[in-house]
Amino acid sequence: MRSTLKFAVPLAVAALALGACGTTGGTSNTPAASGGAAACGDYKIGMFGALTGPNANLGIYIQNGVNLALDDYNKKHPDCKVTLENYDSQGDPTQAPALAKKAIDDKKVVGIVGPAFSGESKAANPAFAEAGLVHITPSATNPALAENGWKTFFRVLGNDATQGPAAAKYIKDTVKATKVFVIDDASEYGKGLADIVRQDLGSTVVGNDTIQQKQTDFGASVTKVTASGADALFFGGYSPEAAPLIKQLRDAGWKGTFVVADGVKDQSFIDNAQAAAEGTVITCPCVPADVAPDFQAAYKAKFNEDPNTYSGEGYDSATILLDGIAAGKDRATMVDFVKAYDKPGVTKQLKFDAKGEVTDVKVFAYKVEGGKIVSVGEIK
Amino acid sequence: MTTTTNVTQKKKDRPNLNERIADLPLPIKVVLWILFALFLFALPLLNIPFITTPDSDFGGVLFTVSTYVLVALGLNIVVGYAGLLDLGYVGFYAVGAYTVGVLSSQHGSLPWLWCVPVAIAVAMVSGILLGAPTLRVRGDYLAIVTLGFGEIVRLTLVNSQWLGGAQGISNIPRPPGIELFEVPSIDWSTGVPVVDLGTTTTFLKFGISDFIPYYWLALVVIALVLVFDILVKNSRVGRAWEATREDEDAAELMGVPTFRFKLLAFALGAAIGGLSGALFAGKSGFINPQSFELLLSILFLAAVVVGGQGNRWGVILGAIVVSYFPERFREFADFRVLVFGLALMLLAIFRPQGLLPPRRTLRAKRADARQHVLEEGEAGA
Amino acid sequence: MQFLIDNFWALTITGLTLGAVYALVALGYTLVYGVLRLINFAHSEVFMYGTFAALWVVMFLGGKAGGGTGQVIFWIAMMFVAAMTMSGLIAVLLERFAYRPLRKRNAPPLIALISAIGASFVLAEIMGLREKIVAWVGLEDNLRAYVRNSRNAVGLPDIVAKEPVFTIGGYAVTNVDIFVIVGAITIMVILDQFVKRSRLGRGIRAVAQDPEAAALMGVNRDRVIQVTFLVGGVMAGAAAVFYLLRIGITRYDAGFLLGVKAFTAAVLGGIGNLRGALLGGFVLGLAENYGSAIVGTEWKDVVAFVLLIVILLFRPTGLLGESLGKARA
Repeated sequence: MRSTLKFAVPLAVAALALGACGTTGGTSNTPAASGGAAACGDYKIGMFGALTGPNANLGIYIQNGVNLALDDYNKKHPDCKVTLENYDSQGDPTQAPALAKKAIDDKKVVGIVGPAFSGESKAANPAFAEAGLVHITPSATNPALAENGWKTFFRVLGNDATQGPAAAKYIKDTVKATKVFVIDDASEYGKGLADIVRQDLGSTVVGNDTIQQKQTDFGASVTKVTASGADALFFGGYSPEAAPLIKQLRDAGWKGTFVVADGVKDQSFIDNAQAAAEGTVITCPCVPADVAPDFQAAYKAKFNEDPNTYSGEGYDSATILLDGIAAGKDRATMVDFVKAYDKPGVTKQLKFDAKGEVTDVKVFAYKVEGGKIVSVGEIK
Repeated sequence: MTTTTNVTQKKKDRPNLNERIADLPLPIKVVLWILFALFLFALPLLNIPFITTPDSDFGGVLFTVSTYVLVALGLNIVVGYAGLLDLGYVGFYAVGAYTVGVLSSQHGSLPWLWCVPVAIAVAMVSGILLGAPTLRVRGDYLAIVTLGFGEIVRLTLVNSQWLGGAQGISNIPRPPGIELFEVPSIDWSTGVPVVDLGTTTTFLKFGISDFIPYYWLALVVIALVLVFDILVKNSRVGRAWEATREDEDAAELMGVPTFRFKLLAFALGAAIGGLSGALFAGKSGFINPQSFELLLSILFLAAVVVGGQGNRWGVILGAIVVSYFPERFREFADFRVLVFGLALMLLAIFRPQGLLPPRRTLRAKRADARQHVLEEGEAGA
Repeated sequence: MQFLIDNFWALTITGLTLGAVYALVALGYTLVYGVLRLINFAHSEVFMYGTFAALWVVMFLGGKAGGGTGQVIFWIAMMFVAAMTMSGLIAVLLERFAYRPLRKRNAPPLIALISAIGASFVLAEIMGLREKIVAWVGLEDNLRAYVRNSRNAVGLPDIVAKEPVFTIGGYAVTNVDIFVIVGAITIMVILDQFVKRSRLGRGIRAVAQDPEAAALMGVNRDRVIQVTFLVGGVMAGAAAVFYLLRIGITRYDAGFLLGVKAFTAAVLGGIGNLRGALLGGFVLGLAENYGSAIVGTEWKDVVAFVLLIVILLFRPTGLLGESLGKARA
């Protein structure tokens, strides 16, 4: 306690000295110095997620979607442009809180797209909730995130608790598998999803295994799957592990159906697994691209590739915030705006329930055919 | 060989900064110390241009830097004083953080402050449990054994549901605080420093998004650890470590129970690692295995070696280099790690003894130089 | 346990193919440790560059599924040439820029570890950023296929069709399994004979045994060290090809974990001992597979490290002891 008194003194001295420079303290914190057009708040929206480092793919797919939404908005409002502020967490929960604070301190930031992963969400969201800064995640699917009472939390896609049962249903009803092997990657996402599938499938599960992220050799797991005589394998995890896993399984002569979830819905899975990827079933709470052809065309024109995982969700999240800005909302009023939002987006009808979950959740099944991910319809 | 000694000889006549400070009279030294401490406490509020991180919250970055400093001080006991190469130090950091997490949130509801001594004790015990069988292994073998330990800890965290698995542990309570008064910060956005009464920090409120109080807490802890470090280093224990490090067989022959002292170094180092883990858990409120990757062990070791193993001020500087620069230079974006790697290489090549080599090295160099003069006669002078 | 017994051969064969890769990479650690007494932390990146060289050469030659036997042999031969050249080159550059300057300054051994860590970051990041670097140089149109999505994993075209050759204990051993195990052992035997019989090999052993005496006897230490790095790099290049044939994908950070494992294998066998690296690699590969079968795949790495700790407790210098210098090759 003594030390605080000590350092309060020089600060007071500094204050006096600086006062002599002719600027008055106290008022300098209002940022609206450039306020020419009253309606134009010179606002920014934030993009919070991994933009560099090993997990950057997903973040960049989202960022592309956000940028597309910004382009649309700025074209319509050329005299009052909104800019994007990037908060590159590298997907690391250790870096997330300081970045969240940075976003909160920047009073021009009226809303955040992200955080992209569940881990960093848990680290950053309490601070956003305290500051009343809206954050709409386009990709963090952990169900527990919505249970924390964060009033600022919104999610534009179905969580694992909706996707898991759909995947189980598809395996049971459409694949008609009688012996299912379930593998997860011990990640929050993969294990959460696989556990739901295990529970729903009950006695048809003939074996379980857990691999680790970044693992590339699956010799033991392959032996377990082939020895179990399973005719379907559900893998909860991401594409870097899914590709070598299915490749090694096919090399070992396993013929069953490979079922994965949205973490694998990624062109790199097919590029890397090649022939082995054929016939893979992918479930995803994301709408097929042919549902929103305009978005797909615009995306392709700008980035020279098809929209990838969560690009559409990124676009939708940003659009909600930009609509809020167009309606004259600022940080404080944005929460209620988003809460009351009800408009069609490129991925689904965007409307949230009391917990911030999107109400209209559809899970679709996709299949890898001829080196492409094609939609095979909604799982009902 | 001859070239290096010649260079040191030329430099010998000019006293360096360290020596000049050491020669100042005591009262002036005390005043300097107090001013320096005040500066450190005020640092996150001063927002000094260029030093303040532009792309991340400076208070949060300073807290991260101070955990690295703490960890580096602990690892310095193991690597610098006792000469044991430890590549799995993150294991103890994780043990400390998870002890707090388990006791305060996952399987109990103890307040943070109570958990801290337990965390230190558990980390210490894990250090002894790891050290007792493995410290008989020498040199580089120890490196891989400790590296294995770090990985075992991380994988256990990922795969054990009792410890929260990959989801980690949420809702860890914050340190207790009392809200006394607001401290304003300085705003430089106009080019001149202005006291900004709008952005304040509440003195001693350990909140969710203001990290400055946590940084202050960490500074106090660092000061305590430093005092402890100085006392231990200058005691019989410190001398025993030095003897063990320089020549284990000779030390053993002279009656130093080297194994016991190595184990002590391991346990103390682990305890400090556990303490910084506990601080980290209390600040972030949420921990998961992602924060305890193997890479962190390597960064910790880099902090110690880059700074100058064996010199406590050196390793502090090293920790600052390793943790602050990647945050400060976020504008390099994707090239950050590349630049950091290059910096490590350049530092290794141009400062092979570390940024601040330990005094022993200076002393050894002077002794070498003297010997050189004796051997070569006047020619060397 | 029952599972292990039922699938013993499947687990053994896959374990051995994994172990073969570990062993070849472990050689690089062991050789460098033998002559310099330092952990070449960046050796994992040497291996990683080999995987990319092998991959690129196949892409360049238009390798794809369904090639004739002659074509496949040609592709694989070119993979070896490319990977060994690339890895050897990287290893030599590494020695030149990360280690030699330190040796000249008589730096303490630990600082070499830092330099190696720095070099490892630099090498891995260059590979991870190759898309941006190539765009800087202005070659992105020519090289797009090789650098696209440089943070993602890249897959090797299915140039070899894996076909069962014979069945043992219910497990169909494939052509690739045989090729990897036999190929790795052959390469090891060649290296063993090289170190034992050739002039350069004698130099390596001499420096390992007593650097100063070797210098007095006219051995050029710098040259021997360079050759040691080259040989270690070439071995890592061979390992890279086997790895690619077996796993099929690589990534800019694929080296790190494998490097840790290979280093573990080297220590397990007795660091500095070539035959120890071979033994350590195979033991580790088998232990991981058996361990995964008994306690679950998630504990695979834990099994590997616990095994290491236990073995070091009973044999503090590894299974075969350190002895690169002691003429044991």
